[in-house]
Amino acid sequence: MTGPFQIGAKVRVSQGLPPGHVRTPQFLRGREGEVIRHFGDFPNPERLAYGLSGLPKLHLYQVLFTMDQTWEGDGAYAPGDTVAADIYETWLEPL
Amino acid sequence: MSTHEHHDHGHSPGHSHAHDHTSFQPDIKEPSEDWEFLEIALRELLIDKGVITAREIQDQIETWEKKSPEGGARVIAKAWTDDDFRRRLLEDGNAAVAEMGFEIEALKLVALENTDTLHHMVVCTLCSCYPRPLLGVPPLWYKSREYRSRAVREPRAVLREFGTDLPETTEVRVVDSTADCRYLVIPRRPEGSEGMSEAELAALVSRDSMIGTATAFALDGAGRSG
Repeated sequence: MTGPFQIGAKVRVSQGLPPGHVRTPQFLRGREGEVIRHFGDFPNPERLAYGLSGLPKLHLYQVLFTMDQTWEGDGAYAPGDTVAADIYETWLEPL
Repeated sequence: MSTHEHHDHGHSPGHSHAHDHTSFQPDIKEPSEDWEFLEIALRELLIDKGVITAREIQDQIETWEKKSPEGGARVIAKAWTDDDFRRRLLEDGNAAVAEMGFEIEALKLVALENTDTLHHMVVCTLCSCYPRPLLGVPPLWYKSREYRSRAVREPRAVLREFGTDLPETTEVRVVDSTADCRYLVIPRRPEGSEGMSEAELAALVSRDSMIGTATAFALDGAGRSG
């Protein structure tokens, strides 16, 4: 049971700028990556932060991004370097 | 005596200005940021209303301060010497470290194995998530805005500042600990460490090598770590 995305799925992180407690880093919004791991499901932190139950739980994925696509050359990294982040299903759009 | 004297300036460190059961002496400098005043106000309210006691706060601080990277180093040394344990650690970090007596409540412990072609480096860009049960209280640099913003953008520059120069053929994978996982890097076992005991190996595992800003200590020809 891996939720809506399979390992290897190409995804885009939502561009949204919702108010409140959010666990999706700004620098990855709108970026395209690949699902490399499924961690299971966890209570929604955006609701837990306000004393709510966080239910239903959300699937949590590790998504891999290339440094080059993320920073477009404006950084100190080698061509094959990457950044991985843990992102909840509600922030991911299939490509 | 008002507990709000915490806000006053001028008393010397360690000066015990409050003698009642609500007293608590924080380790931080005199507060100046909004969030610091917010923390003090919330803490004092919780104590005044009897939700928690100053003693409980102090006990929690001391419990966490007793944890140190030696715990993580023991886990790494075992993973280096016991293939079955390493597989269990990679598959289910919580269960594997529980075998050694480490409890990681609520969070998912994820071990990341470094190889000659893949080097993991951990950061929490959003705050300061850190596998505290295994590594203790994080270093100040780990929580700094500088490390949190630079690690994901200029990892090679940050690594060089830690004395870690990796070939371009090694993928540097910066792992941003953004959610419910806590990451422990399994550094590469140093060459020449064959035959060393777990205790000897654990001494080669630095805190930074488990965060991924460094490698494990190398051995010189005589088998000493350097």
